[in-house]
Amino acid sequence: MKILVPVKRVLDYNIKPRAKADGSGVELTGLKMSMNPFDEIALEEAIRLKEKGIASEVVAVSCGQTSSQDTLRTALALGADRAILIEHDGEFEPLAVAKCLVKLIEQEQPKIVICGKQAIDDDANQTGQMLAALLNWSQATFASKVEVEEDRLLVTREIDGGLETLSVTLPSVVTTDLRLNDPRFATLPNIMKAKKKPLETIQANTLGIDLTPRVTILGVREPDPRSSGVRVDSVDSLIDKLKHEAKVIA
Amino acid sequence: MTTLIVAELEKNQLKESVRQLIAASTPIPGEKHLLIMGHQLDKALAECQLLPHISKIIVADDASLSDESAEKMAEVVLSIAEQYSHILTPATAFGKNFLPRVAARLDVPQLSEVIQVKDAEHFSRPIYAGSLITDVKVTEKIIPMTIRISAFDAVQGRNANGATIEKLSMPTLPNISQRVSLNLHDSTRPQLDSAKVVVSGGRGLSSQENFHALLEPLADKLNAALGASRAAVDLGYAPNDYQVGQTGKIIAPNLYIAVGISGAIQHLAGMKNAKCIVAINKDPDAPIHQVSDYSLVGDLNEVIPELTSKL
Repeated sequence: MKILVPVKRVLDYNIKPRAKADGSGVELTGLKMSMNPFDEIALEEAIRLKEKGIASEVVAVSCGQTSSQDTLRTALALGADRAILIEHDGEFEPLAVAKCLVKLIEQEQPKIVICGKQAIDDDANQTGQMLAALLNWSQATFASKVEVEEDRLLVTREIDGGLETLSVTLPSVVTTDLRLNDPRFATLPNIMKAKKKPLETIQANTLGIDLTPRVTILGVREPDPRSSGVRVDSVDSLIDKLKHEAKVIA
Repeated sequence: MTTLIVAELEKNQLKESVRQLIAASTPIPGEKHLLIMGHQLDKALAECQLLPHISKIIVADDASLSDESAEKMAEVVLSIAEQYSHILTPATAFGKNFLPRVAARLDVPQLSEVIQVKDAEHFSRPIYAGSLITDVKVTEKIIPMTIRISAFDAVQGRNANGATIEKLSMPTLPNISQRVSLNLHDSTRPQLDSAKVVVSGGRGLSSQENFHALLEPLADKLNAALGASRAAVDLGYAPNDYQVGQTGKIIAPNLYIAVGISGAIQHLAGMKNAKCIVAINKDPDAPIHQVSDYSLVGDLNEVIPELTSKL
């Protein structure tokens, strides 16, 4: 059983994002980029399924610029068997990414696609569901537990108010929530070995898909800042402020 | 131009978030229709008839829809989607699950977590966990979007709206996903996403026992919902659906009391639009103090019982 894991190169989790001075986008020049944390969890889950002998091959795919090769090398160092870059220089919207993945899936024929539930840059939370819809596959989003049965997956999902367990028919798209697993770190020997693993590049414009962005970004700005608050020195003073200044308690 | 609002239900009842969806749709000209999906919807339908600005209510009532499967709900919406210019649903686990399927099948982009609707083509949404806001323009024949409920004030009023009621003839529904079990927490507390007051705990609570022993009496006094940081959930102090933040719930209560929460940017993303924020933390340099209206630096094991007893 082959598993496909889409991974995205994003601004590192620990860096505070800033708008470009002219407000045309997000400043990324010279900043540390990393694999989207939810995709690390997706990759970890796929690798564990391979270690258990359930998956036969784990293929990592990234849609983005040439620099996304770094993210794919990381995926290979973590345990993916091979990697594919679908290269495109401009804005890559979730729907266009999903359409590119459909083309790749027609060739690769994976049984399961595991992807992060959202990328921490655009916070769209769309690609996995869109991919499942275009393929007419089942989906199991926001997964916190995945078990593979013969031709089905048993997936526990994190939903508002609690947990839901689904049984979905394969092939299927799973999107990962935070508590699915704790991703491993790449070891130095594995980073060295990853350099020899296959990494193929496909030009996105050869796939016959219209990649033109359809959402026009008019500007990117910082939200209005909160005015800085005050220190109170006692519980009595806090209660007094809440009652008489903020008037949020009676 | 006609807008379709897809309402979220809970245990067959209409959730209050529908009133914020109606508010969000106000700047879009034209009629507003409402869709409810599920089974045994009489009570929910009665509630829908008391909502302002709704001219038509479409009821998709079928036993197979009671499990809220994304595959099925997307088919139902798709069966009527072509009649609409905009499709709005809440940016909750409910809406996020099925709406991208609808958008992809219509071959249109989706907007997620919209916080401002300026007119029929101009919208704003947060990116990077709310660290930045992007203003966008979309000119598609249909614009599906999930709405960040906490960014809108609910429409008021409970007069009969006289809306037309249409029973939807059910399209063929796929059968590729079944619900095996559903474990919802039974709680007498207000719901986290609609509570006026939220008491939220973090790593500083140091154990599950302490989390509940300290925070529940305080929440009881304030009639508050309980929330938690990701750290507290990961450590098992609180269940997953308590999580407030970028990947948990995004809320805007009147009062948010953060107890033993350091204030990672991902947590701030979930609560920084609260009207009044109180931080109680022993670390004077914790980032939570920077967004707080009132900061109390102290040991929560002493401060919380004192606060509870004096309220």
